[in-house]
Amino acid sequence: MTDAVAHPTPHSGSLLRQDERTRRRNNAERRFRLYGQVAIGIAIMALVILLTSVLGNGLSAFRQTFISMPVTLDAAVLDKKGNRDPADLKKVTTIGYSKLLVNSLTQVIEEEGIVVEGLASSDIKDMISDEAAAQVRDRVLGNPDLIGQTVDLKVLANGRIDGYLKGRVSMESAERDSNVSVNQLRLTESLVERGIIGKSFNWGFLTAADASELRPEAAGLGVAILGSAYMMIVVLVLSLPIGVAASIYLEEFAPKNRWTDLIEVNISNLAAVPSIVFGILGLAIFINFAGLPQSAPIVGGLVLTLMTLPTIIITTRAAIKAVPPSIRDAALGIGASKMQTVFHHVLPLAMPGILTGAIIGLAQALGETAPLLLIGMVAFVRDFPAAPPEGLFDPAAALPVQVYNWTQRADPAFVERASGAIIVLLVFLLVMNTAAILLRRRFERRW
Amino acid sequence: MKAAKITVSALALVAAAGAAEARDQIQIAGSSTVLPYATIVAEAFGENFDFPTPVVEGGGSGAGRKKLCEGVGENTIDIANSSSRIKQSDIDLCASNGVNEIMEVRIGYDGIVFASDLNGAEFAFTPADWYNALAAKVVKDGVLVDNTNKTWADVNGDLPAQDILAFIPGTKHGTREVFDVKVLEAGCEATGAAEAMKAAGDEKAEGCLALRTDGVSVDIDGDYTETLARIDANKNAIGVFGLSFYQNNTDKLRVATMDGIVPSTETIASGDYPVSRPLFFYVKKAHLGVIPGLQEYIDFFVSDDMAGPDGPLAAYGLVSDPELAKTQEMVASGTPMAPLN
Repeated sequence: MTDAVAHPTPHSGSLLRQDERTRRRNNAERRFRLYGQVAIGIAIMALVILLTSVLGNGLSAFRQTFISMPVTLDAAVLDKKGNRDPADLKKVTTIGYSKLLVNSLTQVIEEEGIVVEGLASSDIKDMISDEAAAQVRDRVLGNPDLIGQTVDLKVLANGRIDGYLKGRVSMESAERDSNVSVNQLRLTESLVERGIIGKSFNWGFLTAADASELRPEAAGLGVAILGSAYMMIVVLVLSLPIGVAASIYLEEFAPKNRWTDLIEVNISNLAAVPSIVFGILGLAIFINFAGLPQSAPIVGGLVLTLMTLPTIIITTRAAIKAVPPSIRDAALGIGASKMQTVFHHVLPLAMPGILTGAIIGLAQALGETAPLLLIGMVAFVRDFPAAPPEGLFDPAAALPVQVYNWTQRADPAFVERASGAIIVLLVFLLVMNTAAILLRRRFERRW
Repeated sequence: MKAAKITVSALALVAAAGAAEARDQIQIAGSSTVLPYATIVAEAFGENFDFPTPVVEGGGSGAGRKKLCEGVGENTIDIANSSSRIKQSDIDLCASNGVNEIMEVRIGYDGIVFASDLNGAEFAFTPADWYNALAAKVVKDGVLVDNTNKTWADVNGDLPAQDILAFIPGTKHGTREVFDVKVLEAGCEATGAAEAMKAAGDEKAEGCLALRTDGVSVDIDGDYTETLARIDANKNAIGVFGLSFYQNNTDKLRVATMDGIVPSTETIASGDYPVSRPLFFYVKKAHLGVIPGLQEYIDFFVSDDMAGPDGPLAAYGLVSDPELAKTQEMVASGTPMAPLN
């Protein structure tokens, strides 16, 4: 023990006054902080721009224009034979119901004393959505007692009328637009003043099925949300047990040799494979070889399972690795078997990490579009799939694919719908990611 | 242990449900041009009949026909939509997979329009103008030379002096075929370039379809919404659209005339407007009577209520077939298509 440690040569100058070198070092540090702040600023700006454009375009999709009016469900039109026989009632098509609605609206306009010069009767017909007749028909077929009564109905207005209330269509654009006339807009204004036409919350956007180009006002996300949910069930049921089993084996039981190294490298590689490749694989194996149906959530779920597995395996292994060896040693030391150690001690402690990984993997799978395009989930599907497990084999859409679908439609009203669908998708992702963070916060243990 | 049990039971469940399932809805794929019409019919079919709504997919005419020809059975589609006529190679593929009888149903005509930004200049084109604007080689003073035309006024003195910039459908689109045949080839003939090429040794005048590569003609591989967005960003450009797309966006686009004719359902039905094409769908006959509702769906598709001149298809921009009655008869009797001639 000597004091022979060389003292650094004492710095000349004052502690209170920075010399050239300190200043340079401090400047470098300040610059670095600035770079960091600029980087974060750019990221935040990109996010703000994205969110404003999506919210600005899409929020209006959650409000829809409806026409509220009393409709007389005339028995002479809907049930000519008067026997309320369902087979006879079905013979009246939506065209018959549509006429009924037009008559009711015409009557309302007359009663209110609204006069618009040059208004043709076809103008009134075009103000009501084609979907309205189908909805009324479904309601009457479901409850034939309604026939003969006068009911207060709230029916969808045409997409262009909706566009006028939302500012997408104006008097000037209507003059050039072959799908709407200025007279219709004038009539709309008078009806809005009297409270007959108005906007209200659009539940249909979340519950209804997709609609064709002729009725954008009726298009909804119901089938897509259901399809996505079914796929997530399949992904969760398959990828969580398989992924966890694989990671436990690899981490706790498998010998460390060339084979396990090879498997490890391949799992990491799989995690980086572009998702479209899984789509091609799914098409070849599940549809062409195994003969599973097209457009079905089961196939989508299987493909997404393949995609999610590596993510789950990697996070699960990390979570298991993070459990300190002392826990295992203690369990083994008091005589527990290897399996008891893993299932009674390691797995419960690793659970929060595993669940976080699973949720993040699911969130990734939820937003995945490319592989679904190849297995027929881009289809136009209007019927809701049945309850699982049969429903897993019925055709359905998926949320991200629905966004893709709607951006390709000709009618400008679908722009708003596509952005609205993005908002719904983002909300789901936000909920899932929040759940992952909460789980981690709540159950995470530090050693 | 538990995890393994769950996995096994899940797989068993999936397998059991799969075996019990039989398809009860019609499946359709093919042309993205026919897709909107097919969804309109499917929607109306679903709400007025007791059958489930058919599932309709896009993907392109060629891809749809290939899918149709994959074989017979529930895993293959029932109907392929197509914006061009089926090819002999498709029929051969079908035959090799056991799909022998196909019904060809012509549902109407689609027009292709040339449109620019609403606030831009007005154009009156002829196919020759388009050829002289976009082709790689044009005839100048009787000789075949590289195309150096910069503005539309260079092409034709009557057109505005606006830089040439055209967004045309990419080669994978059925629309491109019509553009090639009805516009470029027609223009090639009209300007005498075809003759000059034949004289120079290109016997089939294949050079007619070679376009300039200096950026004045841009292939759009996406759909019409992309073309519209490009025109929005590039007010000087002229785009190629389907008639129905244009009719849905008349508040943004100004349509050009072709040979002095304004495109409309009337001028296309009468055959005056030169750039139009028939639309088809092909039905696998082996699936009739097996897939519930298939016969009813095709009957409904070609019925006057749907495909007639006052029906929703015409309202959306499809041009009704003047020979619709013949098609209805053919569909009702289930006549398969004759060999291509």
